[in-house]
Amino acid sequence: MTAHKSFKIIVTLALGFALLPLNLFAGETKEDDNSAEDEFNATEMIMHHIGDAHGWHFFGEGDGSVTLPLPVILYTENGLVTFMSSEFHHDTEGKHVVEKDGMRFVNLHEDIYRLDADATAVEFDEEHHPVNASKPWDLSITKNVAAMFLTVILMILFFWIGLARHHKKHEHAPKGFNNVLETLVLFVRDEIAIPQLGEKKYMKFMPFLLTVFFFIWITNLMGLLPGAANVTGNIAVTVSLGLFTLVLILVNGNKDFWKHTFWMPGIPAWVKPILAIVEGAGLFIKPIALMIRLFANITAGHIIILSLIGLIFILEHAGVAGISVPFALFITVLELLVAFLQAFIFTILSALFIGMAVEEHEHH
Amino acid sequence: MELITPEFGLFFWQTIVFLVLLFLMAKFAWKPILNSIRNREQSINDALASAENARKEMQNLKADNDKLLKEARAERDAILKEARELKEKTIADASEEAKAKADKIVADAKRSIELEKQSAMAELKNQVAELSVEIAEKVVRKELSDKEEQHRMIEKILGDAKLN
Repeated sequence: MTAHKSFKIIVTLALGFALLPLNLFAGETKEDDNSAEDEFNATEMIMHHIGDAHGWHFFGEGDGSVTLPLPVILYTENGLVTFMSSEFHHDTEGKHVVEKDGMRFVNLHEDIYRLDADATAVEFDEEHHPVNASKPWDLSITKNVAAMFLTVILMILFFWIGLARHHKKHEHAPKGFNNVLETLVLFVRDEIAIPQLGEKKYMKFMPFLLTVFFFIWITNLMGLLPGAANVTGNIAVTVSLGLFTLVLILVNGNKDFWKHTFWMPGIPAWVKPILAIVEGAGLFIKPIALMIRLFANITAGHIIILSLIGLIFILEHAGVAGISVPFALFITVLELLVAFLQAFIFTILSALFIGMAVEEHEHH
Repeated sequence: MELITPEFGLFFWQTIVFLVLLFLMAKFAWKPILNSIRNREQSINDALASAENARKEMQNLKADNDKLLKEARAERDAILKEARELKEKTIADASEEAKAKADKIVADAKRSIELEKQSAMAELKNQVAELSVEIAEKVVRKELSDKEEQHRMIEKILGDAKLN
């Protein structure tokens, strides 16, 4: 394939990506119009797109919208309650009440509330907080969880069914897509694991680093598809990922590491407690920085693209699309890079932090 | 759903899903992949090492060959030198022998010439004597026809004989 031809294909695809959210979003506006406000609310639209949801909405509005229903799983004091999200009939305003196992539930801005025993409809205080409902533990398979499952399926297809099967059968290097995957695996090993963890210890952490790298990267890329979930741009996801790194640091930290953290050798005694506080806090700040960096970068990218598209509707002129769409396209292409970069940064910093915890210090 | 407040449900699922994924990938994907890559790298390294060894062996063989060739050349030179010396010696010996033979031949020739000369001289002497006798006889025969002359002759011979 010539460079010119592949460039054309890339441009076409990227344009498609940039334009599709436009279509989806066009549906959203009308929905907003139909509901309480006439005016387009950009913040609400953006928050709706980057937030999690109980159904996977593709396009359309109101009762005519195409949404993949997902299971709602609630843990109440009366045990587990499950039903499909479609039972809310696309309602997120807390109007449609679902009765299940003698309990009543409403979906209020994608939070599931359980109505108090005697209530039949949600009542709000002045700040629009429900007064006669409480939140049960929500373990629903939300849009983000479903997207996560997709990433898992892709990873199993790529690496287990694809690459690992080749490696079990053949000695020689794989061809085609498997070769691309193997190159990426080698990239993680040679550019991330070995430099940060050393030749002796890297093998122990390779499964974690490879899993976290490909999980984040594939999920990031999937998140760029139109109508996809914003998984890695959700703080709950990054908190979980960051905690894995923290646990690995805490579990694998050797004697030297703890000594350097809480009783730094080679400095005056009175500085030691101060440094212990700083280092002790640093222990937790490191994974927290990981969580925030990934969450903020991915969410920011989505917000920029949505804002650029939103401009068309704020200014209420189709001509704005002439500027907005190329900009959104540019940011989308940039996001392709960011998708890789954030996966790389998360993985290399995890490797670095773990490397610091398992490092053998020379005794001074 | 708030932007910066982690949802418990999503956190719960992310943790479970990631743990399961980590386990599955580690067992069924990363382990076989990494092992196979390591084996391949090992075999490539081995192949490179053995190629290097073969190269070294070749070098050694070549060095051995060179050494052998050098030795052979030196031996050839030695043999040639010896042959040349032998030739010179043979020639020298032969010429000496030839000279000795020639000297001997010359000496023999000289001796035989001397002998021949002596025998020739002796024969000549005999011939001269015979001739003399013959002449003398003829002279005597002619002289003795005269009596007086006979007496004088006898007197003279006797006189010579007495002198002897």
